[in-house]
Amino acid sequence: MQLAVWTYEGPPHVGAMRVATAMEKLHYVLHAPQGDTYADLLFTMIERRQRRPPVTYTTFEARDLGKDTAQLFQDAAHEAVKRFSPQAIIVGASCTAELIQDDPAGLAEAMGLPVPAIALELPSYQRKENWGAAETFYQIVRTLADTSVVREPREGRKARANILGPTALGFRHRDDLVEIRKILDRLGVEVNLVAPLGATPQDIGRIGAADFNIVLYPEIADEAARWLERHFAQPAVRTVPIGVGATRSFIAEVAELAGADPTPALGDTSSRMPWWSRSVDSTYLTGKRVFIFGDATHAVAAARIAREELGFEVCGLGCYNREFARAVRAEAARCGVEPLITDDHLAVEDAIAAACPELVLGTQMERHIAKRLGLPCAVISAPVHVQDFPARHSPQMGFEGANVIFDTWVHPLVMGLEEHLLTMFREDFEFADEHGPSHLAAHAPRAMARTVTPDAHEPLAPAETAPEAAPAAPETIAAPGAPVWTAEAERELKKIPFFVRGKARRNTEKFAALEGRSAIDLETLYDAKAHYAR
Amino acid sequence: MSEAAILDGCSAPLSAPEANHAGCDARPVLRERGQREVFCGLTGIIWLHRKMQDAFFLVVGSRTCAHLLQSAAGVMIFAEPRFATAIMEERDLAGMADAQDELERVVNRLLDRRPDIRTLFLVGSCPSEVIKLDLTKAAQRLGAVHMPRVRILNYSGSGIETTFTQGEDACLAALVPVMPALPAGSPKELLIVGSLPDIVEDQFLRLFAQMGIERVGCLPARNARDLPAVGPDTRYLLAQPFLGATAMALDGRGARRLDALFPFGAEGTASWLSAAATEFGVDTGLFERIIAPGRERARIALSKLRPQLEGKRISFLPDSQLEVPLARFLQDELGMQLVEVGTPYLHRAHLARELERLGPQVRLSEGQHVERQLDRVRADRPDITVCGLGLANPLEAEGFTTKWAIELVFSPIHGFDQAADLAELFARPLRRRDMLEV
Repeated sequence: MQLAVWTYEGPPHVGAMRVATAMEKLHYVLHAPQGDTYADLLFTMIERRQRRPPVTYTTFEARDLGKDTAQLFQDAAHEAVKRFSPQAIIVGASCTAELIQDDPAGLAEAMGLPVPAIALELPSYQRKENWGAAETFYQIVRTLADTSVVREPREGRKARANILGPTALGFRHRDDLVEIRKILDRLGVEVNLVAPLGATPQDIGRIGAADFNIVLYPEIADEAARWLERHFAQPAVRTVPIGVGATRSFIAEVAELAGADPTPALGDTSSRMPWWSRSVDSTYLTGKRVFIFGDATHAVAAARIAREELGFEVCGLGCYNREFARAVRAEAARCGVEPLITDDHLAVEDAIAAACPELVLGTQMERHIAKRLGLPCAVISAPVHVQDFPARHSPQMGFEGANVIFDTWVHPLVMGLEEHLLTMFREDFEFADEHGPSHLAAHAPRAMARTVTPDAHEPLAPAETAPEAAPAAPETIAAPGAPVWTAEAERELKKIPFFVRGKARRNTEKFAALEGRSAIDLETLYDAKAHYAR
Repeated sequence: MSEAAILDGCSAPLSAPEANHAGCDARPVLRERGQREVFCGLTGIIWLHRKMQDAFFLVVGSRTCAHLLQSAAGVMIFAEPRFATAIMEERDLAGMADAQDELERVVNRLLDRRPDIRTLFLVGSCPSEVIKLDLTKAAQRLGAVHMPRVRILNYSGSGIETTFTQGEDACLAALVPVMPALPAGSPKELLIVGSLPDIVEDQFLRLFAQMGIERVGCLPARNARDLPAVGPDTRYLLAQPFLGATAMALDGRGARRLDALFPFGAEGTASWLSAAATEFGVDTGLFERIIAPGRERARIALSKLRPQLEGKRISFLPDSQLEVPLARFLQDELGMQLVEVGTPYLHRAHLARELERLGPQVRLSEGQHVERQLDRVRADRPDITVCGLGLANPLEAEGFTTKWAIELVFSPIHGFDQAADLAELFARPLRRRDMLEV
């Protein structure tokens, strides 16, 4: 048994739902008890979808268990096919139905339904959401791909590509797709099929007609792409175009496979990120310590952008999906940090507190952690929140995605010039620096100034985090046995701008403890400053 | 109660059935079976853990359970929770690990990290029920180790046994056996049953105190280790209509239920308070004087909202079991027209007085077949539809105005001073629909 408060991934049948909901004219008959319908609200509320997910739940109850739950399944499947007239159905069991072993696959087969029924085996007690999505997509492709499709010769026609991976409830999948289409258009590559998003089962039939595949989200599409590689000899583009560098590599790779000229795509004049990053205002970004955590693909991409395109220092890197941890380990080695591969958010919270980053790039879970620790944060990966479905176009991929990333990561920080102005004015009697920077009104300044309280390593402690209930953790709290601040040093600390004060306090205390000094006076404060100077 | 007439979902009349029987016993009820679009009983943990601040809820279940709690809570609130899930894994099921030992390990780790916990609920789920993991035994075994510091109780919030608010019912029913005994022959005591927001509970306690009813307890108590006593001299008022099992457990300890309308709206609240006043021999004149200011405030506040709601047609999809009393309030005090009142489970005894108020043309349904129910909504075209979060946006996209049912469970809606807040929850979506030009 594993103790969990929050989870990064849902169960595997939710992954299957993400695929089914992304597709058209596909229906999912899910053997499940009452209550599992909660998953519908992920799609209708978080993503604001206008239609219910195409899922029929059998809704068995305790009193059905001794009787015929199999009949319930068959009735539900019949009704679903009759009511929704799908081109194909997928059938499977949720965690509870898995235990009663009704065999939805066998039942569906025995029914002689007028449409293909694709059976899913998604072991709920071993696997999780992303794996469920990948397996579902793979089974759909394997079952529905028309293996008799023969590609026409390349001469006299444009190259054709499949874009694989975007699903419902994906982090910016909707907008990434727009950017990828733009790039392919510039390269003169035709899109044969996008799947799962927007594809019908019949569309999947012609998946073999493409010259190559673009694996946009490896977590979801890699399994299917491997099968397609073997059965249709379709090579795959595996570079994920998040960041300017990765987008350039992606363009080169696609151009190579398509025999196209990459120049027009590479010369996209809307790519502003490189200049924004080189402009002098960005100097202050140099060496900012960032902690990165998310799904492997987004975490690795973020680390590369942080290092190469923004000049940050990566002080922590990890992912929650073990299946793709290899890439994270390799990137962590390049960053010179220990990779953190875990799906225990308490371990992530500990690691963030220990790393003392200046910016956290993570999921919604890390956003909550950063809020508790008073750190600036930007979201880079699923699991998603309603805020991750903005009304505006907000991609992560392509040059426009890099522009968006620059804004999203840099805005939570205190800006370069403002940093100087705050220093200049902080002793002015009319200036109150605890009000925080004007562009960050949404971040409670009180929270910004909060230090890591001694119980941060006790993450299950009842820390109230609702803004109105948050007791202002006094900055002067010291761990038991920690060095004591002299009044003079305490006053000096107050002169340091609020956004680095917490770090200065922690560093000084760490330094004092290291040196075995029992009191922190002015000397200790400045000795520590020198010690930690970069 | 006599057996209700059972109608087939498809052939049920879509509006104004000619049924015009006297009394509620003969009222036809549309009973349905099929896909239910409701939460399971685990969801109750979200408000119960805020109410009982010294209690922790440990669900023994699957990743789905953890994901449900996170999704249901994540959309609505953000707070460090006093709940968690012990997620069962392959090795627990394959018998490679003894589930009881594993649970003991998880509980010990949890209690080590949270010394502030005084009551721990082990909450059963669909998978734990199906594999017949004996949580009663686990609670007894672990309780023997951790008492007196921590009391360990158990109940089931599984979807195969409980629908949404029935989780609270199961939790409170689990508390009843550990309530101290009120010896026979003690002075009569009043017990308010059902979790209410603290602000509402305090309003009621003030009113009872003014009437001179001094011995008043609440279940759940804010501190789960500080439960009120119960015995033959206990008279209890249900504050919520979904507490069938809790009521049975209280009856089993000799307590007696005071029959009244549920305290929604001015009339419901007056009836509910009056039941206690009568039982405790409060002078009628005094009672009237004490409730007059609150009732007047409710009347004035409701009169402002009435023009927005009067004559509007409303359908309730089954969700929290609050549907029947809320429908009565909207019909009687705001002049709304009830089209369909769906409820996951109809407790005929507790709702008898509520049902008497509903007009014969109101279609009452119990259980759910969501597709057929949506077909009826499309045919009825009500002005507002009360439904769960999974259905609200799809219905809005079809042009229906909706009210999320879950807000009715999470907001303070009981009593005189919340009557207008309750009405406002229904008025706002309609007002918004009229405001928007996009």
